[in-house]
Amino acid sequence: MFVSLLAVIGLGGIGWLIAPYAPYLFGVILPLAAILVFLSGVVWRIKNWGNSPVPFRIPTTGGQQRSLDWIKPARLDSPFSRAATAWRMLLEVLLFRSLFRNTKAEFKDGSRLVYWSSKWLWLFALVFHYCFLTIAVRHLRFFTEPVPFGVGLLETLDGLMQIGVPRFYMTDALIVAALLFLLCRRLFDQKIRYISLPGDYFPLFLLLLLVGSGICMRYLGKADIASVKAFTMGLATFAPISPAGLPSIFFIHLLSVTTLLMYFPFSKLMHMGGVFLSPTRNQPNNSRAVRHENPWNPPKKYHTYAEYEDDFRDLMDEAGLPLEITPEQAAAAAAKE
Amino acid sequence: MYNAKYIAPGILIFLALFTLPFWYNFGAPKYERPALALPVTKTDCIEPRDVMAATHMQLLDTWRDMALRQGKRVYVSSGDKEWTISLQNTCMTCHVNKAEFCDKCHNSNSVSPYCWDCHVEPRGNK
Amino acid sequence: MSKLPDAKMLARSIQYAFPSAPWMKTKPVFNPGSFCYPAKEETMAGLGMPNPHTWNPAEEDWKLPPDWEDIIYTALKDRLEKYRSLKVFMDICVRCGTCADKCHFFLGTGDPKNMPVLRAELIRSVYRRDFTTAGRLLGKIAGGRKLDAAIIKEWFYYFYQCTECRRCSLFCPYGIDTAEITMIARELLHELGLGIHWIMDPVSNCNRTGNHLGIQPHAFKEIVEFLCEDIETVTGIKIKPPFNEKGHEILFITPSGDVFAEPGIYTFMGYLMLFHEIGLDYTLSTYASEGGNFGSFTSAAMMKKLNAKMYAEAERLGVKWILGGECGHMWRVVHQYMDTMNGPTPTCMATPKSPITGTMFHNAASTKMVHITEFTADLIKHNKITLDPSRNDHLTVTFHDSCNPARGMGLLEEPRAVIKAACNNFVEMPENTIREQTFCCGGGSGLNTEEIMELRMRGGLPRGNALRYVQERRGVNTMACICAIDRATLPPLANYWAPGVTVTGTHELVANALVMRGESKRTMNLRQEDLPGVEEDE
Repeated sequence: MFVSLLAVIGLGGIGWLIAPYAPYLFGVILPLAAILVFLSGVVWRIKNWGNSPVPFRIPTTGGQQRSLDWIKPARLDSPFSRAATAWRMLLEVLLFRSLFRNTKAEFKDGSRLVYWSSKWLWLFALVFHYCFLTIAVRHLRFFTEPVPFGVGLLETLDGLMQIGVPRFYMTDALIVAALLFLLCRRLFDQKIRYISLPGDYFPLFLLLLLVGSGICMRYLGKADIASVKAFTMGLATFAPISPAGLPSIFFIHLLSVTTLLMYFPFSKLMHMGGVFLSPTRNQPNNSRAVRHENPWNPPKKYHTYAEYEDDFRDLMDEAGLPLEITPEQAAAAAAKE
Repeated sequence: MYNAKYIAPGILIFLALFTLPFWYNFGAPKYERPALALPVTKTDCIEPRDVMAATHMQLLDTWRDMALRQGKRVYVSSGDKEWTISLQNTCMTCHVNKAEFCDKCHNSNSVSPYCWDCHVEPRGNK
Repeated sequence: MSKLPDAKMLARSIQYAFPSAPWMKTKPVFNPGSFCYPAKEETMAGLGMPNPHTWNPAEEDWKLPPDWEDIIYTALKDRLEKYRSLKVFMDICVRCGTCADKCHFFLGTGDPKNMPVLRAELIRSVYRRDFTTAGRLLGKIAGGRKLDAAIIKEWFYYFYQCTECRRCSLFCPYGIDTAEITMIARELLHELGLGIHWIMDPVSNCNRTGNHLGIQPHAFKEIVEFLCEDIETVTGIKIKPPFNEKGHEILFITPSGDVFAEPGIYTFMGYLMLFHEIGLDYTLSTYASEGGNFGSFTSAAMMKKLNAKMYAEAERLGVKWILGGECGHMWRVVHQYMDTMNGPTPTCMATPKSPITGTMFHNAASTKMVHITEFTADLIKHNKITLDPSRNDHLTVTFHDSCNPARGMGLLEEPRAVIKAACNNFVEMPENTIREQTFCCGGGSGLNTEEIMELRMRGGLPRGNALRYVQERRGVNTMACICAIDRATLPPLANYWAPGVTVTGTHELVANALVMRGESKRTMNLRQEDLPGVEEDE
C-alpha cells in the first residue's frame, strides 16, 4: 500500500514542482504519447486475448436451462440464444448483475452460517464507474468546438442542484465518496486487505489524485478555463501549444491523467476490455444443442471396445454377454497367425 | 485471432469512442481563444486581469451575497481600491456587450451562468 | 469418523482471521489429513502420464524431475495459448474480494488461501512475473513471485482443496471461474507426475474395465442381476435388463457408483424399474459402464479419452441416443465438453425423442444425450407413469442441487418436478444455498476420499448447516440428490452436521412411488425397510 501511496505522492510532487518548468514535455509530449500508449496498449492486450481460442463452451449458468417446453427457462442467466447472451453481457457490463448477487456469510450463534445480502460494493462500484463516465464526457467541452448539445445537457443535469459558483457537480462528490469507500474497504476489511497488492492501491490513489486535483481546480485553485481550452484544443487538433503559465494544479491533474492512460493497458484496469471476453459470461448455454468447435481438438485416443473384448473375452462369454468375436473365432484367428 | 467477427468490431468501437474528439475536430478551423470585446476606455478591472479571468464568477457570487444578503455595497479590492458592488453600475459600465464579452468565452467553454435570470443583459449600444 | 471433532465445536473454532505475514510468505503444512494420498507410480505409468514417480507429500523432497521448472513454464505457456479463459482470468481480476466468502472450503476452514481469489493468485503471481511486461520489470511490486518448489507444493495443497464447484464464478463480476483455473493447475501438476490416488486409480480402472471401480464385465452383470433380485423381493416383478445388445433405441449410462455402493444402488434399481414399467427399448453397456469422468479432474486429454467410449459404444451398438443417469460432474462433461471433444455424433444417432411421449429433446439435438430427470419429468408431465407419492409420506424431503448441473448446465426445475411428483412433503433449503447458489458436498472433483475426512466435513459445513436448519425447522429427514458422488459424500456429511437425515437418489424416490403393473403390494421400500402404516396382506 505504502509503495503505491508514495508513488502517487511522488507523481503529485512532480506535477506540482517540476512540470510547470517543462510545460511542453508534460503538457504536450507525454499526454500525446500516453494517448498512443493507451490506445495501442489496449488494442494489443485485447488482440492478445483473441489470439487464444475458446476451446469449450463453458458458461456459468445462473438459472434454469432451456429444456422441456413447460419449464420456464431463465433467459438472462442461462441464455440459449445469441441475443439472450448479448443481453446477459449488456446487463453485466452496464449494471454489474453478478456483483448484485453478492452476499456476506457470517456465523450466527457461533455455529450457524447465515448469508446476508450485501450490495454496498455493487452500489459504490456502479457509482464510481458512472461518475467517471459522466466526468469524462463532461470533459469533452475542452476537446470539442462547438461543444455538442449532449455535453451541455449532461453538465446541466450534473449541476442541477445549482449550489455555489461555479456550479457544483454531484458526480464530483459521488466519485470521491465511491473512491474512498473502495479504498476504505481495502484498508479496513481484513479479507480485502490481505489479498490486496500494490497494483490494487495504486489506481485508487491515482484516481483520488486525479479527481482531487480536478475538483481543486474547479472550486479552489482556479485555472482560467479559456486558457485551458486553448491548450486542450491544441492537443485535440494536433496543433499543440505549450500550457506554460497554467497553474501547478493543472499540471498535477494533467500528469495524473497521463499516468492513468499509460498505466491502464498494463494493469488490472484492463477488466474494462476483459469483461467482454469472459468465456463464462459471453457464451450461450446451448452446448448440447449446437456443437462448439475446438480449433486444437486433438485426435481421439481411447481404449477401444475391441481391446476391451480382447481383455475380457472368456469372462464375457461365460457370463453370456454378446461378443463381436467369440472365443472360438479368436482362437482360430490366433492359430492362423 | 479467434472470434475476430466479434472482437474486431469491438476494438473498432473502442478506438472510435476514445478518439472521438480527434474526429469531431477533424477539418475544423484551428481553435482560437475567443477574442473578447474589451472596454476601450479602461485597461484595469476590479482585480488584476488574470485573476478576473479565473475567478470572476466567485467574485460576482461574493458580491451578490454582500449586496443582497448583508446589505454591504462597498468592496475593497486587493489593490486597496474601493468599488461599489453593483453588476449594473460597476461591471456593466465598461463591459457593455454581453454577446461580445461574456458569451464568447462562456459558449466556447460550455458555461451557462444564471446571472441573466434576474439581471437585464447589456446589449452594447443597441 | 472417530477422530473428527464434535460438529458444533468445529464450527465454533472457525476464525476468519488473517495472519500478519503476507500470503506470499506463508506456506502450508502437510499434516496427515490435510492432503490426499499420491497416485501410485504404476498407475500413472500405466496411463502414460508424464514423469511417474513414487513420492510422499509429507516428505520434504517430492522428487520432481530435474527440469521441472522448464516443464511448468512450457506447460503454462501452452495452456495460455490454448485457453483464452486462462489468459483473461489471469489478467483481469481486480481483487474485489466478492468471491472470498462464497467458497465452502474458505467458509469451513478459514484458511485465507482457500479464498478463490488467493487460490488463483497462487498461479497468477507466477504468471505475472514471467508472462507480463509489468511483472518482468517490477517483479514483486507488480505482484509477481519466482517459481520455486514450495510454490508447487502450495499448488498441490490448495488445488486439491477446490472442488471445481464454480460458486465463486457466479458472483464474480467478470465471471472468473476458479474451476477452470483449478483444472489447468492440476494439468500442470500432472506434468510433474503429481496426482492423487483417489483420482488416478478410478481413471486407470475406467480406462481398462469401463468403470471407475474396476468391475469386470461379468461381475458388472452379476451385480445388476443381484439388484434385480432385490427388486423382485420388493415388487414381485422380475426384470432382466439387456447388456451390450445391439439394435436397441437407447443406450443408458450412469455412474458406476450407482451399481456398486449404497445408497446409489437403490437409485439404479429405480432406473431399472422405471424402464421396465414404461417398456423402454434400451441397453446397458459394460464397456461404457461409467457415466462419471474422473479424467475431468485430471486433464482435458484424459477427460476426452474416457468420454470417447460413450459415442464409440453408441456407434457400435447402433443406438439412436444416449440416456444419462444422475450424476454431477458427468453432466458437466456431457453438457459442456462431450460434443466438442468427441463429436460430431456417430451417424446412427438422431435428435433424442422420448419413445413414450414423443417429446423431442431439441436442447440435446447435437450431443444427443438426455438427462434422466429431463426424461422422467417429461413422462410425469404427460401422465405416462402412475406415482403414489403417499408411499413416501413418512419422508420430508429436501433437494441438494449438485454444483455441476446447477452452474454448468442449469438443470434446476427438472429434478424438482420429479421429486414433487414422487413425494408429498418437499421443503427447500435456504435460498442462498440452493439452485445456482448451491453449496458443494465437500467432496467433489475427486476429493471424496477418506483420508481428508475432516477437510471434507469442513468443506461440507455450509451444506450441512443448511440441511440442519431445515431439519430443525421443517422436520426434513431425507435429502435427495442427483449425483453419484453426492450419494457417497452426503451420508457422512449428514451424519456429521445433521444426524438423522437420510440421503437418497431422486429415482429411488420415484421407484418407491412408482405403481407398476402386476406388482405385489408394497410393504417395504427399496432399502427393504418396512413402510410405516402398511400391513402385509394375509
